[in-house]
Amino acid sequence: MNNKDLLNLIDITVSFEGFLALNKLNLNLKKGELRAVIGPNGAGKTTFLDVITGKVKPTKGEVIFKGKSLVGRKEHKIARLGVGRKFQSPRIFENLTVKENLEISVTTPKSPLNLINKNIKDEQVDEIERLMKIVNLSQKVDSKSGSLSHGQKQWLEIAMLVGQKPDLMLVDEPVAGLTDEETDLTADLLKSLSGENTVVVIDHDMEFIRRLDSNVSVLNQGRVLCEGTMETIQKDKKVIDVYLGRPED
Amino acid sequence: MSLSKIKFDKKIVLSFWIILIALIIAAPTLLPVFRLNLLGRYLSLSIVALGVDLIWGYTGLLSLGQGIFFALGGYCAAMYLQITSSSEFPNNIPEFFALYGVEKLPFFWEPFRSPVFTFFAIWVIPALVAGLIGFLVFRNRIKGVYFSILTQASLLVFFNFFNGQQKLINGTNGLKTDVTQIFGQMVGSESMQRVFFWITAILVIAAWFFAKWVVKGRFGNILIGIRDDEPRVRFTGYNPVIFKTIIFSIAGALAGISGALYTVQSGIVSPQFMTVPFSIEMVIWVAVGGRGTLLGAILGAVFINYAKSLVSEALPASWMFIQGGLFILVVTALPEGVLGWMQGDGPRNLLQRFGLKRKIETYPSLEINNKDKKL
Repeated sequence: MNNKDLLNLIDITVSFEGFLALNKLNLNLKKGELRAVIGPNGAGKTTFLDVITGKVKPTKGEVIFKGKSLVGRKEHKIARLGVGRKFQSPRIFENLTVKENLEISVTTPKSPLNLINKNIKDEQVDEIERLMKIVNLSQKVDSKSGSLSHGQKQWLEIAMLVGQKPDLMLVDEPVAGLTDEETDLTADLLKSLSGENTVVVIDHDMEFIRRLDSNVSVLNQGRVLCEGTMETIQKDKKVIDVYLGRPED
Repeated sequence: MSLSKIKFDKKIVLSFWIILIALIIAAPTLLPVFRLNLLGRYLSLSIVALGVDLIWGYTGLLSLGQGIFFALGGYCAAMYLQITSSSEFPNNIPEFFALYGVEKLPFFWEPFRSPVFTFFAIWVIPALVAGLIGFLVFRNRIKGVYFSILTQASLLVFFNFFNGQQKLINGTNGLKTDVTQIFGQMVGSESMQRVFFWITAILVIAAWFFAKWVVKGRFGNILIGIRDDEPRVRFTGYNPVIFKTIIFSIAGALAGISGALYTVQSGIVSPQFMTVPFSIEMVIWVAVGGRGTLLGAILGAVFINYAKSLVSEALPASWMFIQGGLFILVVTALPEGVLGWMQGDGPRNLLQRFGLKRKIETYPSLEINNKDKKL
């Protein structure tokens, strides 16, 4: 652990009635880093996000974010501290328009009083404009977001994530169900976000991960198996065994 | 078949309001006092229905216990009327106390001597009770059917408590208001009833505008967000507990106002206001009228109740079957309620079925602006 780290997961163990979803997982993230997390099904990838965002309380271990412990904090408090999350299947508010979805994400402070009696701030309106341009939804401002295509929903959710201005963005399978072209665009978008933001991307899609050109952590059976660039992990014998599969010999 | 946040069709809304306001203005001259009084009662019920729409239609909280707050409002009004009209009774306290040998006014009656206190109590007390129940339930993340069961259980607790307290609030007999006096007039008199009708009509419209103000904009969008995907709201940094507590309190306050107006127009408040079927009926009014439309709640409450009184006069005992049938019909055929159906594609589809309107030939949401699909 050092001062440049944004997030430290220390010996995180999550036990679901005896089943160890995470088993003494250790992971450190530097500020501005883009990190890909891969692993076979059941490796604990989603639980790992659940622990950071407060959905699951670790049985043992510590989560330190910006020097503060996140363990035991409520989800909305963690979100306000600067942890944003994009879900596996797009979770947007389908009965609201694109603009209303983005308003929900950019609004601060997120108190009932502010929402009911004040108008949205000008700079927040500008921010919504900017976000809609980035994800190419400007033409859809007043469309119900439920009427968007799958790819557009994924992007809207990414835009909502960016609109929250989190220090840490947790992105769960952003390219599931996207076309190749959309996948490439999403990779570029996420790369452009890192640097200013710290981004963790979870995915299965190797091509996509390669395109991110970032450090990769491989999870297996609830712990980090190996860390490094795509090239190093692809040569790692343990990774080949559990994930990439060993050719029959 | 999504329960959408309905964009009000201006023409429909405007015509409904013109008809409604015309009816309200014409009613006192056109209707005999008996009918006018019934209409006034049903209009007051539409205020509690507005609250049900806010919590159920918008926020997804199906409360089966709104009768609690409705009755509390009614009791506040009735206590004021009884105590200020008790000067000729023994010990200068309401008449019923003598039946149970009570000589001293229970302490909680005292503040109800004040009209100002009563004016606030009618809506603040139900709001506080709702807020407290709501906060405890929502904080423990109880939702869905468990929330409904819990509200119904609370209703039964309140019902049994009020029913058993003869010495405090006349128990199962309730508190009569029609023979009490206000501003030197009998509450049950024709002239006072006409005044109450006007007050009710104005308050219904005020409550409608208030509810519209609550659901418009970002606050209302968060309510819809909580209804559709509460964890997502949480992960975006909002605390749903606070939002749900606030809206449940607001619905409680509306129920209290509704109960007070209903009490003065029906002449009595009793634990019957807290029976299980009555609170379920409130939900039916909103379901039939149209969830998430506000106006549907008002129309549902007024029309169903008016139908109820007309049917009950003609065919006593058949109303329950008709009401049950209506509910089943709406749930199966018009899940968005009558107004929701009218505001959606309902009328067009119906006309098409009878060949009165040409079918749309293209897919309605066909994308035509694909040209700039580059990032």
